[in-house]
Amino acid sequence: MAASLRCFLRSGKNTVSALQRRDFHRSAPAAVQMTVRDALNQAMDEELERDERVFLLGEEVAQYDGAYKVSRGLWKKYGDKRIIDTPISEINVLLQAGLRPICEFMTFNFSMQAIDQIINSAAKTYYMSAGLQSVPIVFRGPNGASAGVAAQHSQCFAAWYGHCPGLKVVSPWNSEDAKGLLKSAIRDENPVVVLENELLYGVPFEMSEEAQSKDFTIPIGKAKIERQGNSITLVAHSRYVGHCLDAAAVLAKEGIECEVINLRTIRPMDVETIETSVMKTNHLVTVEGGWPQFGIGAEICARIMEGPAFNYLDSPVTRVTGVDIPMPYAKILEDHSLPQVKDIIFSVKKTLNI
Amino acid sequence: MYSNDRCTWSFINLLHTCFSQGAAVIMSARTYADFTTQATFEIKKCDVFKLDEGPATQVVLTRDEGLQYYRTMQTMRRMELKADQLYKQKIIRGFCHLYDGQEACAVGIEASINLSDHLITAYRAHGYTYTRGGTVKEIMAELTGRRGGIAKGKGGSMHMYCKHFYGGNGIVGAQVPLGAGVALACKYQGNNELCVCLYGDGAANQGQIFETYNMAALWKLPVIFICENNRYGMGTSVERAAASTDYFKRGEFIPGLRVDGMDVLCVREATRFAADHCRSGKGPILMELQTYRYHGHSMSDPGVSYRTREEIQEVRSKSDPISMLKDRMLSNNMASVEELKEIDVEVRKEIEDAAQFATTDPEPPLEELCNHIFCDMPSLEVRGTNPWAKLKSVS
Repeated sequence: MAASLRCFLRSGKNTVSALQRRDFHRSAPAAVQMTVRDALNQAMDEELERDERVFLLGEEVAQYDGAYKVSRGLWKKYGDKRIIDTPISEINVLLQAGLRPICEFMTFNFSMQAIDQIINSAAKTYYMSAGLQSVPIVFRGPNGASAGVAAQHSQCFAAWYGHCPGLKVVSPWNSEDAKGLLKSAIRDENPVVVLENELLYGVPFEMSEEAQSKDFTIPIGKAKIERQGNSITLVAHSRYVGHCLDAAAVLAKEGIECEVINLRTIRPMDVETIETSVMKTNHLVTVEGGWPQFGIGAEICARIMEGPAFNYLDSPVTRVTGVDIPMPYAKILEDHSLPQVKDIIFSVKKTLNI
Repeated sequence: MYSNDRCTWSFINLLHTCFSQGAAVIMSARTYADFTTQATFEIKKCDVFKLDEGPATQVVLTRDEGLQYYRTMQTMRRMELKADQLYKQKIIRGFCHLYDGQEACAVGIEASINLSDHLITAYRAHGYTYTRGGTVKEIMAELTGRRGGIAKGKGGSMHMYCKHFYGGNGIVGAQVPLGAGVALACKYQGNNELCVCLYGDGAANQGQIFETYNMAALWKLPVIFICENNRYGMGTSVERAAASTDYFKRGEFIPGLRVDGMDVLCVREATRFAADHCRSGKGPILMELQTYRYHGHSMSDPGVSYRTREEIQEVRSKSDPISMLKDRMLSNNMASVEELKEIDVEVRKEIEDAAQFATTDPEPPLEELCNHIFCDMPSLEVRGTNPWAKLKSVS
């Protein structure tokens, strides 16, 4: 009851209908519909409440309620000290000794202004100080392509940040991922990059009873099997998990059962889950929005080759990626620059030699 | 064109109106010869920083100049309003940052530089694309993502380019070091050209701008830094973002001017002063243009959560750049109401035609997808979404 009231107050109309559907007299658990935006909001709210040292800073996060409204209501609740509007100075990443900042980048494209600090000051400090100075900081914001925002606002940074030791990198897909991973990131003693997706902010997903709890976290470094299957393994992160599930639904009608793995964490990557799956299905397709060269798919291919699963492959791994070009603006060109469900279906069939 | 027939007609009309209202007024037929060819105006004095003198406060405006500025500003205004309309109809998508209210800046600057000079700005760039030589048609078709767009549909609102105009840049502040680079090239080539390098009040707090100030001053680069201060960086007012809102002083060792950016004559005169400064080898100079945007930051910002509607209305009624110019010209007999109305009609038609083109021109062909990755590279193979998709770049 308390959980659903909180959801109602925060999530607006989506949960009103859910509330109305609920039968108050039975005690059976009911899942609630929640958007990714609200899940992130709830995660931050709960962590701000739980730990005085946590605070949020970024452009337009306070009085504007967030450029994408992810921090809506937080400034009203926690005030100037905990929710801070900054000027446009990404590089002013705070290494506040003893505090636990959440730094919002309006998009990760702007994080390049601060990338030196993220890598050289945040990621490497614990190592350079031989364990003396930890950096419990979270960098979050939308990553990857949106809709019609053109070349400078559409880049995926999963591979760039995933490359660096000392950084943890997570990439949530649905609302449960968003809430659980962000909470884990905030509680983690290490610098964590949380790659959200703007197109997913407004999408509602089911939140289990467990996920609605204040202590719900998802472990960083563990992938999740979203769908079981025997024919082929599909691995994706963020928005493309949804695309894979859509492709799987279509392929199921033709008797091809895809096992869909939601990576959840880019670094440290859960290679074991992928390997176990490949050893069962013998085929692997990776799907990502980023560019192919030196990307997530490329890393997965290398790791599979280096491990036990290689001998179980009946065909080479196929990578489905964004097209190797800067993002064009015109809709028809943009649509053809990113993996579509039909590209995944095509690649699955080619990999299975069908 | 002012015709004698219309002249006579309006004369008769005027007489009729006068007599019907019982007023005995002697009106004479108005012809070209009756208009003042030029007038002198007193403009606001600029605040100066590290300068012994500032731009002139008595300026001459000719009738031709006035009509040209009026037409250009009106075209920009109507173009932006049309973009607003098309965005709401979802024909324009993605980001769209509108310039209405700030027209005097772009027009005033262009009036005092040459097309052979260089200019670079941030994402609120439609107006500058126009003053630098882009056509309304090309600009609108770029906004709608069509093949007739100024960047062939591949750039969109924030990435428009034309000769000696380097965009259109999406990353806040990143265009400033680029502008200094262009100025360096001008100095290197000794061509007496300069670069106008624009940024906003929000960008003014970016570190890279201060690095650029240092290098430009050290190497005496011919760059005019211009801060278009429209009081808000997205939703953050200048007081909440800057330790010092005297943006014209932030160059510290670079001389500065604070200019009324709503008055096209102020902007023109200040730019003339600044251009002379640069071209005489004195190095960079910084201008702060105090201006205002009527729209929100972008089309996804209503623009009223961080400022009041009263404030917007007040600026519109007291300081609108187009109204200001119009009043000046009419009260000094430099143009007639009908003449200006006719310009309005022509502008409206130009915008309508451009919008028509922008909505009917086809999208770019898929063959264009991979072109223009590299310069001067013969046919390049580009990986598509999967290993079997081998696309072609024919740069």
